[in-house]
Amino acid sequence: MFSSVVSVAFHGVAYGMILYVISVGLSVTMGLMGFINLAHGVFAMAGGFILSTVMARFGVPFPLALVAAFVIVALLSIVLERLLYSRLYAAGDLAQVLFSIGLILISMALARLIYGNLAAPVFLPDYLRGQVHVLGRDFPTYRVFLIIFSTLIIVGLWFGVERTRWGAMVRAAVDNRGMAQSVGINTRQLFMATFALGSGLAGLGGALGADILPVQWSYPFEHLVYFLIVVAVGGLGSLRGPFVAALLIGIADTACKYWIPEFGAFLIYAATIGILLWRPMGLFGVRA
Amino acid sequence: MSGYTVDPRIRWTEWLPWVAAIAFFFTLPEYLSLGARILIYILFALSLDLILGYAGIITLGHSAFFGLGAYTAGVLSARYGLTDPFLQLLAAAAAAALLGIATGAVILRTKALTLLMLTLAITSILLEIANKATWLTGGADGLSGVKTDPILGMFKFDIFGKTAFIYCLFALFIGWLVVRRMIYSPFGAMLTGLRENTARMHAIGAPVYWRLVLVYTISATMAGVAGALLTQVNQFVGLNVLGLEPSGDLLVMLILGGVGRLYGAFVGPVVYLIAQDYLAKQYPEYWYFGIGVLLIVVVLFARGGILGIIDKWLQALSRQTGSAKASAR
Repeated sequence: MFSSVVSVAFHGVAYGMILYVISVGLSVTMGLMGFINLAHGVFAMAGGFILSTVMARFGVPFPLALVAAFVIVALLSIVLERLLYSRLYAAGDLAQVLFSIGLILISMALARLIYGNLAAPVFLPDYLRGQVHVLGRDFPTYRVFLIIFSTLIIVGLWFGVERTRWGAMVRAAVDNRGMAQSVGINTRQLFMATFALGSGLAGLGGALGADILPVQWSYPFEHLVYFLIVVAVGGLGSLRGPFVAALLIGIADTACKYWIPEFGAFLIYAATIGILLWRPMGLFGVRA
Repeated sequence: MSGYTVDPRIRWTEWLPWVAAIAFFFTLPEYLSLGARILIYILFALSLDLILGYAGIITLGHSAFFGLGAYTAGVLSARYGLTDPFLQLLAAAAAAALLGIATGAVILRTKALTLLMLTLAITSILLEIANKATWLTGGADGLSGVKTDPILGMFKFDIFGKTAFIYCLFALFIGWLVVRRMIYSPFGAMLTGLRENTARMHAIGAPVYWRLVLVYTISATMAGVAGALLTQVNQFVGLNVLGLEPSGDLLVMLILGGVGRLYGAFVGPVVYLIAQDYLAKQYPEYWYFGIGVLLIVVVLFARGGILGIIDKWLQALSRQTGSAKASAR
């Protein structure tokens, strides 16, 4: 019993970390601009495909491929933001929802045209395969790496938002956009940079998590519900909230699959409804 | 286009869809089962139009009611031997209405992302139940063995879909009458008010929340009936009636036709389902790509959908002929 608890907690945390790295950008950008972007999973999928492609085609080593996934997705998102997203900031929720559904459909079609029906293969370097021996137990090396690496990213992100000038501007704009603009913060530019960072992180998360969430053409639709749950339950515009929510979902989902597979994701959805009815703005939400 | 102040009498153009449907019945008998499916989706889209287009409630979970209706009819027939078509419809309507009032009463206090998430979670939960409760719903294999008695004891569901088509046409006609009557009533005007400016509706003393719950329940009931019709026509229920996907499909149909207008719900499913019938099976990738592009184009350039574009053309045309007449004088 005890050993299965440890293993569920371990895999749950790894899963939760990945969910967080993917979804945190969504929380910040939604909090910042109020844009309901259902297409966030597209960036994660793109990251996964990029990692797989540059490694298989061009023989790029794993660490560099991760960087490529981040950078290419971030650049791609800037193009999309300038061309399309920025036209809809003032539009209503419905227009944003429909637009992002359209984007999902296009990306799914493209992914299927290019990569077919199979999931992108995951190539791990030798030093990340095998098991790590800790306290008399074996843990898969890659999952350990995931947890440590995600923790580093998260710490860096928190430091950036809490301690730097850019972070202060983001927090100001989330709290009160009008006031932030009137003290001279260029919210348009700020948003573009934040959007790129958030999308890049999603790309990185999608690439890192390819063996937990298999990267295939249906990815943006399939995992949309979980990304949205992380953001809605955690609360928009917050960093802490989605972290708690992502860990909760990661652990709860792993536990449910392990002990009560006959319930499936039922309990996760039920808990989501419960939490949102109790706190409509999410656990740590700045605004609904 | 519509509203409290507009003349509520039925204009001659509004009979055209029904004439077209009857013409379709006699001229294209080989496509009647597709036709019945289109009629069902029109009813479903009409129910969404009521809450989304008129009352402005954005939902990703309207399939919850459609699916519940479909499974209620299916389970009652396949597991409990209730084969009377009208009783099946009634049960499905009741189940969907109950779910509508129960969920509407709690989720309609929320807005924006929270509301989206709640509606999505509700339909996802139902999908999960339908998937896992294999003994009741057949799970991923779907529920087969659904039987429905001949309608009024006379008209058997035939393999050509003749009965199904006329049956669905009647159901849609009644649904259309109900929705039309509602939209042209003070209640309809109030819904539009809620969509345009909720704060102002509060200010003039309107019972905003209860009106939202009411219209949500009505819409849920209609969606439930549409779902039951689908079960009766197909004699089968699959998991594809629940979850995000059917909700998304329906949204796309309604947007393409024109949201917030009665006949947008008619045009959208016709265009979408016929195009899907031709394209989706042969070129699924291109189909999704095309729909995605179309959706973005509609959102960016043509909010009124197909009907909105036609409206603009007609206006431009009448302006042209008007000025031509004026210059001739």
